[in-house]
Amino acid sequence: MEAKRRELVPLALLWGAGIATLVILIVILVYILANGLPVISWQFLTGEPALWGQTGGGIYSTIVATLAVTGISLLVAAPLSVGGAIYLNEYTKETPLRKVIRQAAEILAGIPSIIVGLFGFLFFVIYLAPITGGWSMISGGLTLAFMVLPISLRTSEEALKTVPTELREGSLGIGATRWQSITTVVLPTALPGIITGLILGVGRAVGETAAILLTAGGSLNLIQSLRDPGRPMTLNIYDVLTEYRDTTTAYGTAAVLIIAILAITLITDVLMNNYTKKLKGL
Amino acid sequence: MICIKPSREVRSLRRSATRDIRERTVALLLLLCGISSVCAIFLIITFIFAEGLPFLIQAGPSFLISSVWRPTDSFSAGLWGIFPIIVGSLIVTLGAVAIGTPLGVACAVFLAEIAPAPVRRVLVPSVNALAGVPSVVYGFFGLLVIVPWIRGQFGGFGTSVFAAWLILFIMILPTIISISTDSIRAVPREYKEGSLAMGATRWQTIRSVLVPAASSGIIASVILGMGRAIGETMAVLMVAGNSVTIPDSIFAPTSTLTAQIALEMGYATGAHREALFAMGIVLFAFIMILTGFANLASRRRITY
Repeated sequence: MEAKRRELVPLALLWGAGIATLVILIVILVYILANGLPVISWQFLTGEPALWGQTGGGIYSTIVATLAVTGISLLVAAPLSVGGAIYLNEYTKETPLRKVIRQAAEILAGIPSIIVGLFGFLFFVIYLAPITGGWSMISGGLTLAFMVLPISLRTSEEALKTVPTELREGSLGIGATRWQSITTVVLPTALPGIITGLILGVGRAVGETAAILLTAGGSLNLIQSLRDPGRPMTLNIYDVLTEYRDTTTAYGTAAVLIIAILAITLITDVLMNNYTKKLKGL
Repeated sequence: MICIKPSREVRSLRRSATRDIRERTVALLLLLCGISSVCAIFLIITFIFAEGLPFLIQAGPSFLISSVWRPTDSFSAGLWGIFPIIVGSLIVTLGAVAIGTPLGVACAVFLAEIAPAPVRRVLVPSVNALAGVPSVVYGFFGLLVIVPWIRGQFGGFGTSVFAAWLILFIMILPTIISISTDSIRAVPREYKEGSLAMGATRWQTIRSVLVPAASSGIIASVILGMGRAIGETMAVLMVAGNSVTIPDSIFAPTSTLTAQIALEMGYATGAHREALFAMGIVLFAFIMILTGFANLASRRRITY
């Protein structure tokens, strides 16, 4: 009994830690949304930005820029990460190469975004300027691809790992080649997990700022082509705050971003839950 | 649920000669996808080092130990000193980790051992959401809420080491929580059952069995959190004040490697730009050392 009573305080502290984490999230979300939601209107989402030096205006061009860099990064990183995951899980045993690839992906995931940005600036903006157009959506998107790749790779590999070996064996047993059994059996089974990985990658790309700051240009004009410079939403928050302290636009943009990120988190959470339930039921 | 039907394609290809070629081509393409991560690392290192290393060698040790950073009127090597920036990075990082570790590990223990299923159903996605919030939004929150609060409460500008700690510790929580939770969950059930069966209370079991058994994973999570903190750019850039001085109090402004690079890359040219890439190399070295320690910690994991 004595021991039981003595554990009340530590257990209460652990509950406190859990609740504190939740409260921190809620405070940040509520603060941003309470100030940002009133700013959001059709005009705000589709309108043109304010003239230089003025506050207010719409954020349409920044939404388009976010979509552009995110789309490009996904276009490059999705096939590489899913293909890489298939290679790691289906085509190799525990070889040194596999260890090297895993390690590389882990290191890549840990490299600070500003360093990836420095690289993207030198390689895409300066070195490949004739192709990318210098500071542009292409440069920004390709730089982001380096950050999306390891996230999607890891999640896709986890998803492939959960596919039961019996399914592969059954498919191979009836005469399918390895690639055939991958496309017809393994990939469809692992699809929710793979999509989760890609959505997580999208979340990373949408929320990234530092790398974008050095590669995308920052122009508020609506992009006419992917070789144009632009200013994604994250960069817009930073720019309107530091340039002329336009908190209204910053709140509105942050609220749009938060809603996008929350949607992404909820979708992946639901997908993963259904997926694990389905696998357990198998 | 999954039906495996040998499609017409499968049957017709079975004896086909093209099948072999196709399989090999696919295997080769997948191999290329696989090594793309390795190529990516290689590319990043090559370009950063090619731009920054010559400067680092030319500037010599004074780059790291000199305290004068005056990039725009630099005629002598002595004006390229990043010592205060390195100190700023370390102070900001260690403080954030010192605040974030107790809360993060406690929350991980709570998630793994104490939380009833419904609470966990809410808390796990919340931790993920915390990880998903863009760093610029944290910086925004810090600039409009935490900085004015510090200014009002403690004086000064508000943009300070303390503001950076308060924002960064929140940002590294998800890293510490998710990895620590996994490693506590990975402790074999027998350990816990054995401890409880011998009459230990839940708290005694957590303190003397579960946490020690998961310690390598917990340490790795803290080191990775440290990596996240030292590499964080936007939030620090917005709340730390960006003054290249060694702070004399926690309410004084400071600067970090990441923030200084982000701040000055916009207008840096020539040697100045090379110096920023050299700072990138220093930052990269910190990250690699931390990654190495994290690997060591998790490799030391007790084999069950």
